[in-house]
Amino acid sequence: MIQEIVRVESNQEIAEGLFLLKFDSKNIAANARPGQFVNVRSIHGWSPMLLRRPFSISRIVGISVELLFNVVGGGTRALAAQRPGDSIDVLGPLGVPFRLQDAFDTAVIVAGGLGIAPFPFLTDRLENGEGTILTFFGSRGRFDIDKLHLNSVHYATEDGSRGFKGTVVECLASFLQSHQPAKPKIFACGPNKMLAVLSAFVQTHQLACELSLEGDMACGIGICQGCPVERTKGTKKYALVCTEGPTFDCRDIVLTS
Amino acid sequence: MKTSFSIGDVEFKNRVLVASGTFGYGNEVKDLVDVNKLGGIITKSLSWKPREGNPPRRIVETPSGMLNSIGLANIGVQAFIDEKLPYLRTLKTKIVVNIAASSVQEYCDVLSLLEKQEGIHAYEINVSCPNVKEGGLSFGTDCAMTKEITARLRPLTKKPLIIKLTPNVTHVSEFARAVEEAGADAVSLINTLVGMAVDVRTRKPKLSTTTGGLSGPAIKPIALAKVYEAAQAVKIPVLGIGGIQSAEDAIEFLLVGATAVQIGTMNFIDAGASVRIAEQVREFAEKANLDDVGKLVGALDANVKYSVLQSWL
Repeated sequence: MIQEIVRVESNQEIAEGLFLLKFDSKNIAANARPGQFVNVRSIHGWSPMLLRRPFSISRIVGISVELLFNVVGGGTRALAAQRPGDSIDVLGPLGVPFRLQDAFDTAVIVAGGLGIAPFPFLTDRLENGEGTILTFFGSRGRFDIDKLHLNSVHYATEDGSRGFKGTVVECLASFLQSHQPAKPKIFACGPNKMLAVLSAFVQTHQLACELSLEGDMACGIGICQGCPVERTKGTKKYALVCTEGPTFDCRDIVLTS
Repeated sequence: MKTSFSIGDVEFKNRVLVASGTFGYGNEVKDLVDVNKLGGIITKSLSWKPREGNPPRRIVETPSGMLNSIGLANIGVQAFIDEKLPYLRTLKTKIVVNIAASSVQEYCDVLSLLEKQEGIHAYEINVSCPNVKEGGLSFGTDCAMTKEITARLRPLTKKPLIIKLTPNVTHVSEFARAVEEAGADAVSLINTLVGMAVDVRTRKPKLSTTTGGLSGPAIKPIALAKVYEAAQAVKIPVLGIGGIQSAEDAIEFLLVGATAVQIGTMNFIDAGASVRIAEQVREFAEKANLDDVGKLVGALDANVKYSVLQSWL
């Protein structure tokens, strides 16, 4: 884990409401693994915002680190306003990465909306291996992710404007009725409501599944105790999203929407 | 340049400490900052048994501040002794253990167990957590109770006893005076202010416990006024806490009478802030041709005359 001030290389709205920010960091690029995150503070320009904001590492190309975000509040509004050359303060890489050493032949990525953020990085790392990658992407309406580095994307939209009409979990279920991917493992990220439905589905079908969760955190390193998620077992009631996650086996945590 | 100060017999190397609950048990940030350069580390509050803490959501950011409702989540005093104290003992800074409890007896039990351990230099007693049902604020807003807790703990230790006060009372000076009479070696203030935030879309409180504790720069002016009030009321050292982000902020607290300061919320944002502030306070005193940072303490020029404030322009 390191904290450094980095220069924004580029920050573009690559699709409506979807920002891609790039900065160079040798340290983070060399040490980060898919599923990890950085905790970012915009320091250019005044903002009443105080705390860092956690973002999945979306992709690493050489020493360039990419973050994908949408504007949902003051913190992301401040980040969207950063221009090339502005400085941001980055702490990372943080958290537990996806476990890629498990035995699986097909990586099944399931993402809802901005939950797609960690998966270009995962796709990059898995492409070098033997296995197959399938991607299921769900959104309410049109949500353009065509510019992202992904593999075999199956789209689901609730309004039917693109691909499967319905939720991403329904889309996955319908796909699995007619296809039998070899030794699948699901990697998922999205709204808690979607993850709860997915978690119930994969446990019924006994599929391996790891989830990447969001948490309201101040520090990102286990000090503030701000980001608990309830465990299903063990003596401790809560795990911290920042240090014990953000990736969890779906059987280990209780999702509340 | 003298930077140190003392509470009772314990000498702290500088006047900048890290506040309870904002620095864990010291080991989490050892890659980011040289913790030995701190005046002292005040640990996360410890209770007799581990506490799970409150359900999420526990943290909400508000303009220039944050609301928290952690609920004193902690590993319990025995796990602290077994797992955390060995590391803290290796540090070359002063270790102040913060104690929170839901009964007077629990405070006594925790402190008595800690008394048997090596490597603890002082205690800070949390009678002011707004986020727990029992104890917490119901103690801290009751002056007689706050005094009783202090009086009951006093005979159990010769080490400095610092009572952490809440701002959620009308006159904090009454509480400061009461614990001074009961034998406290210092008071620290302010703990968080009770606050609230609402999600207008769902019409629900943003925090799971409805209200929480407000900290950060938003509370600094309130904290300064409370510290000023307390410092005038007692002779024992006052540790100033509340929204400090910079050396200038810290010096404001010293000027109104704080013997030392604690940095809280800022540690979440920048783990190195406290060490940097300690260094910059020293530089400020140097530039002012002082030979002791302590000469800033209570050095407020209270003769208020109108002049255009540079920082306003």
